Amino acid sequence: MARALITMPATAKRGEIVEIRTLIAHPMETGYRAGDDGQLLPRNILRRFSCRYDGEQVFSAELFPAVAANPYLTFCTIATVSGTLEFTWEGDRGFAQTERVALTVAA
Amino acid sequence: MTVSRRTLLGAVTGAAVGTLVVVRPAHAADDLQAAIKAFTTGAPLQRGRVKLDIAPLVENGNTVPITVHVTSPMTPADHVLAITVLNEKNPQRDVITCRLGPRAGRADVSTRIRLANSQQLVAIAQMSDGSFWSDTADVIVTLAACVETP
Repeated sequence: MARALITMPATAKRGEIVEIRTLIAHPMETGYRAGDDGQLLPRNILRRFSCRYDGEQVFSAELFPAVAANPYLTFCTIATVSGTLEFTWEGDRGFAQTERVALTVAA
Repeated sequence: MTVSRRTLLGAVTGAAVGTLVVVRPAHAADDLQAAIKAFTTGAPLQRGRVKLDIAPLVENGNTVPITVHVTSPMTPADHVLAITVLNEKNPQRDVITCRLGPRAGRADVSTRIRLANSQQLVAIAQMSDGSFWSDTADVIVTLAACVETP
């Protein structure tokens, strides 16, 4: 399991726009870089990120080797109902990680 | 006509700088145009509505913060469907493609990217009405990424 950080408010008013910041530890090896032996290092990147809010996808991203190591992403969503936000990263070598954060929405 | 040493030097340096700025590998620009076409599927690209925020001078190309902001009401009838960032001179043209919808509330995305060279970046937003809007930014990079060891 890679270390993931998700920063977002724990509570919000209904209809409020919440900003979500995510960071995950990952080398994002580009596949264009040579190692100590002069051979190209095989690519190892995260290819996809998605955020589901109460089961519905609100944001997703396709990542390419040009994304820096330890991918950092911020985006926004509207607080609708109290529920769980599910963050999923998928990548090369079968990488898959899901984190869940609860959001309480006050009327 | 007498030419002073100062004017001569100035003219020569000016010419050198001029050529440096103008010279840009043609194939890289073609690649970028092809990548833009692939995203817009040939639809016309309009300037405006998109704001690509990046430092004009980057010391370390390994991690460059960028922010893309798109002006849109983000209602079910009128919202941003996708935002993509393309580059000109990295080994690969794509940087990141984000898909959002009316539930985003605000079309604001930031991330950190790698830049292999001083180059131009293009951010394109696809709207729900099928139009495409873009913004470009020129960046000078002093320490390259992607190819070299960080």
